[in-house]
Amino acid sequence: MASLSRPLSVWRRFTNICFISFSGVAAFLVLAPLAAIFGYLVYKGIGSITWSFLTHTPRPVGEPGGGMANAIVGSMMILGLGSLIGVPLGIGSGIYMAEFGKGRYVTFVRFTADVLNGVPSIVVGIAAYALVVLPQQHFSALSGGVALGIMMIPTIARTTEEMLLMVPNTIREAALALGIPQWRTTLQVTLRTASKGVITGAMLAFARVAGETAPLLFTAFGNQFWNLNPNQPTAALPIQIFAYAISPFDEWHRQAWAGALILIVLIVVAVSAVRVVTSRGSMANNA
Amino acid sequence: MSVSPNPEFRPILRFQTPVASVPGASAELAEVPRIELHSSRVSKYLDVLFRYSLLICSISIIAVMALFFYELTSRSKLSIAKFGFHFFTGDTWDPVSGDFGAMPFIYGTLVSSLVALVLAVPLAVGVSVFVTELCPRFLRGIISFTVELLAAIPSVIYGLWGIFVLAPLLRTYVEPWLAKTLGWTGLFTGPAYGIGMLAAGIILAIMIIPIIASITREVLVAVPQSQREAVLALGATRWEMVRMAVLRNARAGIMGGVILGLGRAIGETMAVTMLIGNRPEVAKSLFAPGYTMASVIANEFSEATDDLYLSALVEIGLVLLIVTVVVNACARLLVWSITRGNPARNNG
Repeated sequence: MASLSRPLSVWRRFTNICFISFSGVAAFLVLAPLAAIFGYLVYKGIGSITWSFLTHTPRPVGEPGGGMANAIVGSMMILGLGSLIGVPLGIGSGIYMAEFGKGRYVTFVRFTADVLNGVPSIVVGIAAYALVVLPQQHFSALSGGVALGIMMIPTIARTTEEMLLMVPNTIREAALALGIPQWRTTLQVTLRTASKGVITGAMLAFARVAGETAPLLFTAFGNQFWNLNPNQPTAALPIQIFAYAISPFDEWHRQAWAGALILIVLIVVAVSAVRVVTSRGSMANNA
Repeated sequence: MSVSPNPEFRPILRFQTPVASVPGASAELAEVPRIELHSSRVSKYLDVLFRYSLLICSISIIAVMALFFYELTSRSKLSIAKFGFHFFTGDTWDPVSGDFGAMPFIYGTLVSSLVALVLAVPLAVGVSVFVTELCPRFLRGIISFTVELLAAIPSVIYGLWGIFVLAPLLRTYVEPWLAKTLGWTGLFTGPAYGIGMLAAGIILAIMIIPIIASITREVLVAVPQSQREAVLALGATRWEMVRMAVLRNARAGIMGGVILGLGRAIGETMAVTMLIGNRPEVAKSLFAPGYTMASVIANEFSEATDDLYLSALVEIGLVLLIVTVVVNACARLLVWSITRGNPARNNG
């Protein structure tokens, strides 16, 4: 017993304490910027969010007032267009990978989706520029939507696949045994069972592209005025924040903070809602 | 017996009616059992149609990837033909005289990403170890959720915060201090602007920590509990347990996470554009402004008027695409080999 209760050597105790304090400090250092960013954002932004900020278009330099109403609406339009492209394609390929997926082809698709996920957004922007803007000869909300839609596909596809794979096979077999055709089984039984998780994936993808600026710089391009035509250059919240942030005017800096606060509130609400929904209900388990 | 959660069981009865009313099928209804109905022609066609439309969806992923390569290669032909390999070694970027060399941008991308990795890797691994091995259970969820939130903040907001908070902080406190204590290395000399390579590297580090941390956490959790218990039973301290049982088993996965973070850092655009100073020069000091591949595209793409200029920018995009695809492919393979593989395989 004596050997068991022998005290640790000084060196071992020292390294152990170093290690524990280092990981504690690391946790703190990682969390600190988040607190700093949120705190500063709220501190700077909240005073600048006024009614006119939410309802007016930008004013020329020097004139007080003005807002980002057109950018907020423009962002929603571009995101809507993006979702129209990204959600069906993403969910469709997710279903294919999970339900019909065996063999090399599906592994290849899965791998490509993961790699596509890591392609820089600015490169996606160039591709959308070459695909939509160049043939049309003008910037448009549509081209921005194409860029964001493409960025949504891999995320949605992979989460859909993962969620569907969690659905127990017995449920599929039960449906098929009742004589329901495959397509109906997949859509109304399997997909519906996993619907919570699939929606989560779509929301996360949406939140991820909502703040994207780089792919919109030369697709949607931005606009100082109201525009509801998807075929015209359109203002977007992230572009507007960027333009105002690098400008030399205090009034514009103020509005950039306000815009950033609105953007982040939208994103955080989406992500937290998803988190609450998924943690409350078991996703694909047959409870 | 568990009750099925599926609300769609009853409607099956309803479903029989439309199929039965399919012309041609009704004649056989009387003598043939119901099962035959569901494999009727319409249903079969729908199944095939369904399957192929899903297949097309999945092909779209590969098509998008192929399209990226095709578009970027064909649009950068002009510049590839004119400059060849000199494009990567030339250090003049002069749109007026039409002379383009990407060296300063490649240098800026490499340096800012390296600074980011040096800062982010220890912190990300540290926070993951803290979450999986040390911290009380109730803190786990909170910390991982917060780190996830860090990943959800848009790049442009990091940039905004960087310009108005981080850069002044660096200019007044951090950079003078670094110059005084570490100036002899040559990395921290020259005037402290606040904005420059160091600022870009720090903001990138904050942005890639969540990526590295989430993957590291995943692989740490995948290390079998018995490994930890075995080492602890031999009388190891916490640190020795983490070093011998956890980190050693998880190193390939952590490496994958680090490479994934590198891929993100290389392609990150907005925050870097706002903080790096956007000056195409190769300077040794980290205080000096620089320029990255992604930010030159962001700044100049919509202003590029002549074909050669545009083509040179697209070629930078192509390089960025190839590099990130290679980096991500390597990282994915590493991570897949850990998380999909049998845990027992990681014992060696």
